[in-house]
Amino acid sequence: MVGYIDKIKEISERLLKEGTVEMVIGFQKGTLPMMNTPCFAKTPEDVGNFVWDSHCGINLANYLTDRKEKIGVIAKGCDSRSIVTHITENKIKREQIFVIGAPCKGMMDRHKIASLFETEIRSVAENDGKLIVTAGDGEKTLEKADLLQKNCAVCAHRNPVIHDELAADPVEDQKDVDRYADVREIETMPPAEKWDYFDDLFSACIRCYACRNACPLCYCPTCFVDESQPQWVGKSTDPIDTKTFHFLRAYHCAGRCTDCGSCERACPMGINMRMLTKKLEKDCIDAFGWEPGLDLNQRPPLDTYKMDDPEDFIK
Amino acid sequence: MENPYLPYPVRIEEIITETEDKNLKTFKFVFQNPEDEEKFAYKAGQFGELSVTGKGEIPIGIASSPTEKGFVKFTVNKVGLVSSFLHTMKTGDIMGIRGPLGNWYPWETMEGKNVLIIGGGFAFTTLRSSIIYMLDPANRSKFKDIHVVYGARSPGMLLYKDELAEWEKRDDIHMHITVDATDDPSWKYNTGFVPTITEQKAPPSDGETYAIICGPPIMIKFTQPVLDNLGYDHDHIIMSLENRMKCGIGMCGRCNIGMEFVCKDGPVFTLAQLNATPKEY
Amino acid sequence: MKVIKIDKKDWADSLGKLSGPYRLFGPVRDKDFHNFKELGNDEQPDFNFQNTRVSAKSMVLPQSETLFTYSLDEKEPDHHQMREPEKNYSPRAVLGIRPCDAKAFLLVKRNFDTPEYKDPYWVRAYEASTFVGLACDDPCSTCFCTSAGCGPFHEEGLDLLLVDAGDHFLAKVLTQKGKNLVQAAGWGVETNADVELMKRTAESRIASAISTEQLKGKAATDLYHAPFWEEAAFACINCGTCTYSCPTCWCFDIQDENHGNAGVRMRNWDSCMYPLFTLHGSGHNPRETKIHRVRQRFMHKLKYYLDKYDAGIQCVGCGRCIRLCPVNIDIRNICELMNSHDPGACTCQVA
Repeated sequence: MVGYIDKIKEISERLLKEGTVEMVIGFQKGTLPMMNTPCFAKTPEDVGNFVWDSHCGINLANYLTDRKEKIGVIAKGCDSRSIVTHITENKIKREQIFVIGAPCKGMMDRHKIASLFETEIRSVAENDGKLIVTAGDGEKTLEKADLLQKNCAVCAHRNPVIHDELAADPVEDQKDVDRYADVREIETMPPAEKWDYFDDLFSACIRCYACRNACPLCYCPTCFVDESQPQWVGKSTDPIDTKTFHFLRAYHCAGRCTDCGSCERACPMGINMRMLTKKLEKDCIDAFGWEPGLDLNQRPPLDTYKMDDPEDFIK
Repeated sequence: MENPYLPYPVRIEEIITETEDKNLKTFKFVFQNPEDEEKFAYKAGQFGELSVTGKGEIPIGIASSPTEKGFVKFTVNKVGLVSSFLHTMKTGDIMGIRGPLGNWYPWETMEGKNVLIIGGGFAFTTLRSSIIYMLDPANRSKFKDIHVVYGARSPGMLLYKDELAEWEKRDDIHMHITVDATDDPSWKYNTGFVPTITEQKAPPSDGETYAIICGPPIMIKFTQPVLDNLGYDHDHIIMSLENRMKCGIGMCGRCNIGMEFVCKDGPVFTLAQLNATPKEY
Repeated sequence: MKVIKIDKKDWADSLGKLSGPYRLFGPVRDKDFHNFKELGNDEQPDFNFQNTRVSAKSMVLPQSETLFTYSLDEKEPDHHQMREPEKNYSPRAVLGIRPCDAKAFLLVKRNFDTPEYKDPYWVRAYEASTFVGLACDDPCSTCFCTSAGCGPFHEEGLDLLLVDAGDHFLAKVLTQKGKNLVQAAGWGVETNADVELMKRTAESRIASAISTEQLKGKAATDLYHAPFWEEAAFACINCGTCTYSCPTCWCFDIQDENHGNAGVRMRNWDSCMYPLFTLHGSGHNPRETKIHRVRQRFMHKLKYYLDKYDAGIQCVGCGRCIRLCPVNIDIRNICELMNSHDPGACTCQVA
C-alpha cells in the first residue's frame, strides 16, 4: 500500500490543477509513529504533504459533510461505504465528491503493536507485508497480517464500493473470514455473565465521546446525550449513564455501521465498543440480509417498510 | 470557608407577565432569611444566578434597583430548560438566588456626566435598574442629562410599560420610546428601529457623555456607527454582555472572551475593551 | 533539604503505618494502563509506569462531584433548598504522583483559589492532600516538561519527592506536610545521597521542547486571527480526550439530577471542545465551529492564561494530549505556530 502514494498525489494534483475539486482530503504524517493525521490540500503544492501507508485508519468520510466545497477524498473500502451511507441519508450529494479509491489490505492496530513492547515505540517502517518497529528496547520485524486492526482482520469489503478513480488495482477480498465469532461468544453467555462483560467493557470510559465524534455516522446536530429537553441520560460518570450512552449510540448506528473501526481506534482508554455495533450488524444481516453502504440505490432496512414484512419478531 | 455555589433561599412573591407573547415574566423574590438580603447588596448592572431546584441555574441581570428594598426582581425570557420551568412556577414557591455577581455600570465614573441609555427588546432589565437608581432623589443630582432610547418590536413587547409611562411624564429624564412598527392608532411615541431613533433623538456627546447600550447583536451592530457619528469615544460606550455561564464566579471556564470572564471580569465592558479582545459573545 | 533513605523492603510496612492517619491514593494498573485511585486495605500503589493514562487531577477535582443535595418533597421543612453534603476532607496522601501532575495543581489553584472567591470543594481537597511525588527517570518521547516550567524532578507542588534508587527510594522532604508524612511513616534514616546528578540525567532525557518566549509579547487578537487555525483544527473531531486527560484543564459543568423527590446538584468535567459548552439558550453559539473551539483550547493554555496571571503557560508538558489525541493534534506544533506567528507577514484571516 506504500506504493499508492505516488498515484494518490498525481490524481490529487491533477484534480486541483484542473479545478475538478476545490480540496482533496487525505492524510499527512503525524508527529507520533503509526499516527497519520487527516489533512487537506487546496493547492497542487499542498499535495506534497500527503502520505499513504498502513496507519491511515481514521475514516475520512467524517470530514466530508457540512462543507460547501467540491471535495476529492481518498477512500478505503470502509470509508467508501460510509460515503455511500451519507449519500443515501442525504447528508452529502454524490456530485459534491470525487472519490479516489484506495484498495486496502488493512490498517495496523497501534494499541496492539504498542503492547508488544516494554518501552515506547520510537519509529515504525513498513516493507512488503512487514513492519519494522523500533522501540526503546530494540527493533523487531513483525508480520503486518498479524497486527491488523480488529475490524480489518475480519473485513469483507476491502475495495472501495464507489470511486471515480482508483489509486491502485483492486485487492483480493479476504475469503472465509468469520466476522462474528466474538459476537457469538457473548450471545451464548447467560444474562448475568453478559451484564458483567458489559460492566467490565465500559468501566474505563471517561465519556470523552471520542468514539462518537470519530464515527462518520454520528452526525446528529445535537446528540441525545447533549439534549436537555428532555434529558435522556445523566451526564455524570454513573456507570448506568455511561452504558446508556454506548448502547443507544450503537442502536443509532444499526444498519448503518460499516465497522470501519474508528470508534475503537479513537478511544483513549482502549475500549472495544465495536462489540455493540457488530452485534447489531450481525442482527441486520440475520433479520434483513442487509449490509450497509454497498449500494447507492438501496434504502437501509430501518427506513423502509414492506407490506409483506413477516414481522415474526412480534409475539 | 464561604461556599459561593450556595444559593440564598428565596420565595416568589409576585409574578408579572410583561409582554403580549407571554414569554417574558418578571419575578419578584423575597429572601427567606432577612440577613441574606443584606449579603445580596448589589449595584445596577450586576446579575444573579437564579437557582431552580432540580433544574439548574441561569444567570439573569438584576432588574430591581439597589434603592428598592425588601425584594429583588428579575425579568426572565422563556428559552431553555430552567427558564421554561421557572415560567411554570407560582407565587409562594421556594427557589434560590446566588449573587450579586459580576461588575456593574461605572456609577462613580459617570457622576457629573450626561448619560445616554440605549436598550432593545428584553435586554432592558439592568437598564431599568439603572434608571430607577439614577432617578432616586438621593442620586438624581449626581448625574446631568439622562436620555433613554428604548425599543421593542411592538407596543405589546415593551417591558415595564407602567414605569415607562411614568418616566415619560417626568422632566428630569428624556424618554425616546420606539417600536419597530405598529398599527395601533393610540401609539403616541416613536416608530422606527433603535439605531434610527438614536440618530434622531440622542444627544451628541459633549466629550464626557456616557452611553450604556444593551440589546440584541443586530441592534448593537447598527447603533455603534450612530454613536461614532455622535462623537462618543469607545471608552465612553458601555456594554453589558451575555454568554453561557454556569458558575458565575470565573471558575467553570466557558464564558470567556479572550482572557476576560464575562461573569467575573464583566458583564460590563467598554467598547474600547471589547475592541481589544476576541469577539466570542 | 533533608534526604531520607527508604528501603523498599520496608515500603509495605510504612504504607501500613500511613493508612491510619491518611487516606491513601496511588497509581494502580487497570487492564493496559495506570490511573490514580484510592488504595484498598493492603493495596500497594504500582510504580511500574511512565505516567498514568489520565492525569491525577481527579484527586482534587473528581470527574463527577456532588456540590449539594436537596429535596423536592414539600413535606420536608427545607424542601427546594440546597444542603451542603458531608464530605471527607481528612488528610489524604497521593503517592507516586509525577512532578508534572503536582505542578499542575498550582496552575489550577489560580482558578479555584482567588482573592474574590474560593471553590470550597477544590480548596479543601487540595489542602487535605499531601503529594508524594515520584521522580521520572524514564520520560516519554512526548514529554516536554523542562520547557514548560516543570521537569522530571520538579519540586513545586510536591510535599515529598521520591527518587527510585534501585533497592531503595531517596526521599526529599519539601514541606511541613511532607515532614509530617515522613514522621507518620516512621522514615528516619537520613542520608547524604545527592539526587542532583540523577536529576540532571533525567532532564537530559527529555528529548522534546517548546518555545514560548514570544507569546507574551503578541496581541491576543493577532493570534486569534492568525491564518493557521483552519489547518490546525482540520483533523480535530472535537472529542474531550485532550481536556479530560490534561492535568491543567479544569472546566466544569453544573447539573441537577433528580431521583424521585431527592436530587443532587453536581459538577462534572466539561470540555471547551464540545459545542454545547458555550451554546446560548437562544441557539446562538459564540464558538460555533471547531476552529473556534480548537483555537479556544490553545489560546487559553498558551495565551489567555499567560496574560491573566503572568505566571507562564497553562501547561506542564506531560504530553498526554499528544499521546491520546485520536487524530494526533500536537500542542508542540501549535505552540510553535503561535510563538513564531508574525501578524505582519500575512494578510489573510479566519473568522
